[in-house]
Amino acid sequence: MAVLQMQKVSICALKKDRKAILEKIQSMGVMEISRFESEEEGFQTVNTQEDRSAFEKNAALADTALNILQEYVPEKVSMFASLEGKDLIEKSKYLETAHREKEVLDMAAQVVKLHKQTAECKANVQKLENQIETLRPWMNLDIPGDFQGTETAAVLIGSMSGSLTLEDIYSLILEQAPEVSGVDISILSSERDTVYLAVVCLKKDVEKVEEILRQSGFARPSQSMSKIPAREKEDLQQQITVLQQEMEECGNKIASYASEREKFKLISDYFRARAEKYQILGQLPQSKKTFLAEGYVPAKAVPALEKALNADFDLSFETEEIPEEEEMPVLLENNGFSESVEGVLESYGLPKKGEIDPTMLMSFFYVFFFGLMLSDAAYGLVMFLGCFVILKKFPRMEQSLKKSIKMFMYCGVSTLIWGILFGGYFGDAIDVVARTFFHVEVPEGGLVKALWFVPLNEPMRMLMYSMAFGLIHLFVGLGIKGYMLLRDKKVLDFFCDVVLWYVFLIGLLLLLLPSSIFASIAQVDPSIFPPFVGSAGKILAIAGALGLLFMSGRSSKNFGLRLALGAYDIYNVTGWLSDVLSYSRLLALGLATGVIASVINQMGSMMGDGVLGVVVFLVVFVFGHTFNMAINILGAYVHTNRLQFVEFFGKFYEGGGKAFHPFKFNTKYVDIKEEKSL
Amino acid sequence: MSHLGIVYALLGAALAVFLAGAGSAIGVGIAGQAASGVVSEDPSKFAKVLIMQLLPGTQGIYGLLVGFITLSKIGLLGGGMLELTPQQGLLVLAACLPIGIVGLISGKSQGKTSAAAIGIVAKKPEQFGKAMLFPAMVETYAILALLISILAVTNLQF
Repeated sequence: MAVLQMQKVSICALKKDRKAILEKIQSMGVMEISRFESEEEGFQTVNTQEDRSAFEKNAALADTALNILQEYVPEKVSMFASLEGKDLIEKSKYLETAHREKEVLDMAAQVVKLHKQTAECKANVQKLENQIETLRPWMNLDIPGDFQGTETAAVLIGSMSGSLTLEDIYSLILEQAPEVSGVDISILSSERDTVYLAVVCLKKDVEKVEEILRQSGFARPSQSMSKIPAREKEDLQQQITVLQQEMEECGNKIASYASEREKFKLISDYFRARAEKYQILGQLPQSKKTFLAEGYVPAKAVPALEKALNADFDLSFETEEIPEEEEMPVLLENNGFSESVEGVLESYGLPKKGEIDPTMLMSFFYVFFFGLMLSDAAYGLVMFLGCFVILKKFPRMEQSLKKSIKMFMYCGVSTLIWGILFGGYFGDAIDVVARTFFHVEVPEGGLVKALWFVPLNEPMRMLMYSMAFGLIHLFVGLGIKGYMLLRDKKVLDFFCDVVLWYVFLIGLLLLLLPSSIFASIAQVDPSIFPPFVGSAGKILAIAGALGLLFMSGRSSKNFGLRLALGAYDIYNVTGWLSDVLSYSRLLALGLATGVIASVINQMGSMMGDGVLGVVVFLVVFVFGHTFNMAINILGAYVHTNRLQFVEFFGKFYEGGGKAFHPFKFNTKYVDIKEEKSL
Repeated sequence: MSHLGIVYALLGAALAVFLAGAGSAIGVGIAGQAASGVVSEDPSKFAKVLIMQLLPGTQGIYGLLVGFITLSKIGLLGGGMLELTPQQGLLVLAACLPIGIVGLISGKSQGKTSAAAIGIVAKKPEQFGKAMLFPAMVETYAILALLISILAVTNLQF
């Protein structure tokens, strides 16, 4: 349980080595390079923004190419992909790809270009298809749309709005221009409101005929049709085929790059790492010949870093302890069990300067309370096995995810143990199955007896234990506060803020034990406590209260104010009361799991014995218990967190430390396997 | 009139289930609206906001729990229904009220808090742990009500 001690490292080296040194530091990933606050004489930072954005652009190009590939040649992503972690790549392979960066980038650019070309083709196909669509009404026309007519005859081609028939149009012309003769009208096609027609008449009459028709809404086609529509359509379709072929070719070409996927991933990560390197480089002060780098390194990693750097370069490597006033970045280190709850701590806040890392203590309580809230042996076993299999099957999972799954595995074990103690196996599934399908007389207390007791039958007893566990939890929290005060040699604070509270609270507790309220809740005879318990309680409580009254406001000079502050501090005992009561959720959530499980079992067994009964039971059982498990695991998780964050941390822990962000390969797709030749 | 006792008792169970259930339904509904908004912008936050949405769902479960304990207490489930006097029936009804009423009100409030916490997840997903705490605070009172309802129902002696 510890926050790793950091040291401040300053490196001064030759400018010509700067990239190599940074690469070395990056590959070791143990140093957080800090920004220089003060300007050093003769040194200045170099602007690397331009290079950096170029690298980022390259990385983005590779990413785009990968996305396009995914679109054309989808790579099968399994459901558990997020558990598998990144691919492990040999360093030599990485370096080889990095060496051929130009080639790979060209390929990526080619993929992007082909994709663009396909998109253009697609747009063109769409356009041509629209053209074909507008041709459709004219398909029956067997002359070109702009046919000018013969020597004596003229042709009028166009559309009229309204649902007109052939007779309507003939009579229209006959009415308005009875002198015109020899008009031949043919309707090419008609839609709901539009009629498409071709009119042949003598050339001398053409203007008159057109005028008449126009008055009734005749219009020449908007698009020019220099060819016979059917021919035109054929042409267009041919163009579409050509375009489609081109698209297919592009698609095939893109698909042929699928084998280069890994290279794209590598190059994307390569440029990402370089961009990061240049970002750091832009922060370093440089002179004509030298540069400076300063940062935090975990104390135990310092020798290795020093050795590695000194072996390859000429440089000055200085370490110093971190000055008092500076806040060091926080990196936690815990044993294999406790590190699993580090994620929970991180979500509250890392320890700030001067605070101890509560992870180890928290981990025990966390697992303990989680199991108590879920408390079903079968659920615990399912949780444990599920997490165990996932951990074994995907050893290269991302670290923080791995820790969380490990945490749930331990919580599963705890749930299993509590379940056995309280006699819950999928609720009362064993009894229900025995009664319904095997017609066994179930004795009082079930076939499998609870090892300890059944909370549903004795809720008061369980409530007492819940609060007792809570009190222990809170006292440990107060104890840690005391430890931190003692460590900082604040003995007076330790006595006033911790010891007096212990005295006061234990006194109150002892007063409560022989009282009739406690007797009725815990169903014990008050006379089992010897009389001195009560009197000792009285003495302790009064001593504690008086101490708090006079000492809590000790920072205030004014005696009256000091007493008022002390009285206010004693009032905080209500806070303790509500904190302890808050642990009643251990009982409530534990009961919720068990009762809902028995509701499910009861529902399942409603069809009685027989094949149908068994089938219904199985279906209800599987769905019901999956649901119950999910909802109760969520509940247990949320409320265990709450008990840690609010009740436990409220006693001693603030958090707010800054996490350690070492300068390393922050890759997106692959992990580079370091060669162990160092 | 001899059956009035069991009517009161059953009314109690019904109140516990439907008031608390309605509270949860309202709460989950409010949180779900906020969650849908977040997912429409960033589908990768689905799992996180779903957890947030489920938080106000527990009141309904607590109501169900009390309802179930009540039904088994009055012997409606195992056969052999108890003969309750109207007074006894009213006692059961009163025991069921805390989780019913608190479940309704806290479910709705927790839904609003969850919706706000979903806002935190949308803007700062790394603060998920803290965001989850705010709705859990509201739930404390539902748990306290549940506790009293359970204790009252199980400790009634007929």
